[in-house]
Amino acid sequence: MADETIAEVLEKRGFTRRAFLQLCATVTAALALSPADAAEMTRRLQSAPRPTVIYLSYQECTGCLESLTRSFSPGLASLIFNDISLAFNDTLQAAAGEAAESAKDTAMKKAWGKYLLIVDGSVPLPQNGAYCTVAGRSAISDLKHAAGGAAAVVAVGTCAAFGGLPYASPNPTGAVPVSDIVRDRPVINVSGCPPIAEVITGVIMYYTTFGLPALDRLRRPTNFYGNSIHDRCYRRPFYDRGLFAKTFDDEGARQGWCLFELGCKGPVTHNACPTMKWNGGTSFPIESGHPCLGCSEPGFWDKGGFYRPLSVPTGHWSRAGVIGGAAAAGAVTGLAVAAVARSRQDRAQKNRQSGTDKKNPKP
Amino acid sequence: MNGASLLDFARGPGFEVAVAMLAFGVVWRLVGILALRRPVDHSEPRTGWGWVGGLRLVFSRSWPRREFRERVLHWDIISYLFHIGYAVAILGYVPHILVIRNLTGLRWPGLPGGVIAFFAGISAAALLALLGHRMSSPVLRRLSNFDDYFSWLAVFAPLVTGLMAYYNMGDSYQLVLGLHVLFGDLLLAWLPFGKIMHVILFAFSRATTGTVYGRRGAAL
Repeated sequence: MADETIAEVLEKRGFTRRAFLQLCATVTAALALSPADAAEMTRRLQSAPRPTVIYLSYQECTGCLESLTRSFSPGLASLIFNDISLAFNDTLQAAAGEAAESAKDTAMKKAWGKYLLIVDGSVPLPQNGAYCTVAGRSAISDLKHAAGGAAAVVAVGTCAAFGGLPYASPNPTGAVPVSDIVRDRPVINVSGCPPIAEVITGVIMYYTTFGLPALDRLRRPTNFYGNSIHDRCYRRPFYDRGLFAKTFDDEGARQGWCLFELGCKGPVTHNACPTMKWNGGTSFPIESGHPCLGCSEPGFWDKGGFYRPLSVPTGHWSRAGVIGGAAAAGAVTGLAVAAVARSRQDRAQKNRQSGTDKKNPKP
Repeated sequence: MNGASLLDFARGPGFEVAVAMLAFGVVWRLVGILALRRPVDHSEPRTGWGWVGGLRLVFSRSWPRREFRERVLHWDIISYLFHIGYAVAILGYVPHILVIRNLTGLRWPGLPGGVIAFFAGISAAALLALLGHRMSSPVLRRLSNFDDYFSWLAVFAPLVTGLMAYYNMGDSYQLVLGLHVLFGDLLLAWLPFGKIMHVILFAFSRATTGTVYGRRGAAL
């Protein structure tokens, strides 16, 4: 079964040639590729072998999988999970316990060295990984084993990509992102809390068709994470004009002005929210009146507060205490310096009067 | 250190240390200077209103005297362009106003980003011209020391990185923004210890000089 091509699988499912071409065009558009790439995708998908996808979950909230299964283009999601072959996902599959583990082992053995491993959630390191175990095996040993047979690893969600919520200070479980553990396989980070469903499926489709996508310095695919939210935000003109909502219900908020003052992290957040949007292209958080939290960036939980503007100082230090204390120390130092200077002035004056001033002798 | 951690540092501990150094240094220098013993002037005062001369000099020294105008007026104008542009960029840009509000509770309306970028660009160009003048003039070059060049850098660096961040130049926006905030921290921390302290001391020094000469009846 694994030797079948994707085109053969789709044909069996009743996909017509026209539907297949439409699908390729849709996926190409979703991936922000050029129209010429649609033809290339068609050619490659026809001959590409059906890939095996294994989906593992560790320290996560299942929000990423919720996002994926509620994708507004179910055709694409089902294409991947039903047709392309999702060999293992412990949340979605009917099997449980030893049957599930056995299914996973079989699928991995069959496609060893060739399957695409999707990881959702961060991995705890201390106590030999005892904070997260699956079927009696620690997440870290499970991941190392699974990654050993993977052609590539896709870290889905900010927890898997950058540690996410479990990694947030004080990181009680000693969680780390997948890329800290998997070092000998290509890792693609699809960050977001959760990531946009079409971005997840788009990355899988791209990998299936063209191989590894171009990645940014945080290993995120540049065709989805190449621009900041701010760059593509429809409220950007208000930022440029200096028009900001100051509260969630003031006139500025009603007029749709920029949410920078309300803590929007759009300028430092790279994601496809303004272009792909959510819920069938209905809107994205900023469009719904809430500032961007920066959920696709590393450490976004610990950036000093969701509602604190990006430019203002972070930290919970006492402004009055620090400034007042420093000013008081400055005053004491100033007085001490002045006292020394005054005594020198007095000494110089005395020397001048007595005629012993060597520097300024009396004529 | 990547852009994100640099920005976190610059907005967090870096800014806190910079503000503490600013407060410490400004008060230290002001108290240190104001608490010095003033030399007693035994001469007969020509007027009982010497302080008026002091007040007058604070403003009259803001423009070159007629005798020097031909030689220095264009440099004074360039210097004004720098100062006004810099002030508009700092006090007119909303993200900067939010920093001031965070520290003091004060706030005022901001200006559009394009206006800020225009003034900041003029200010940066003026600064470059002033540096060129300092380095090419034999007299100024001899008068200049480390303080002059380092202060120039401390003023120029946040300006140029701010413009880069505004126009999204450089590979990483976070890195450029982090550098901008870090250079802003450096400017705050260095302000009281170098010649940039003139932003506060200029009024004191001019008033002192004006009062002394006003008492002696000099034309100011």
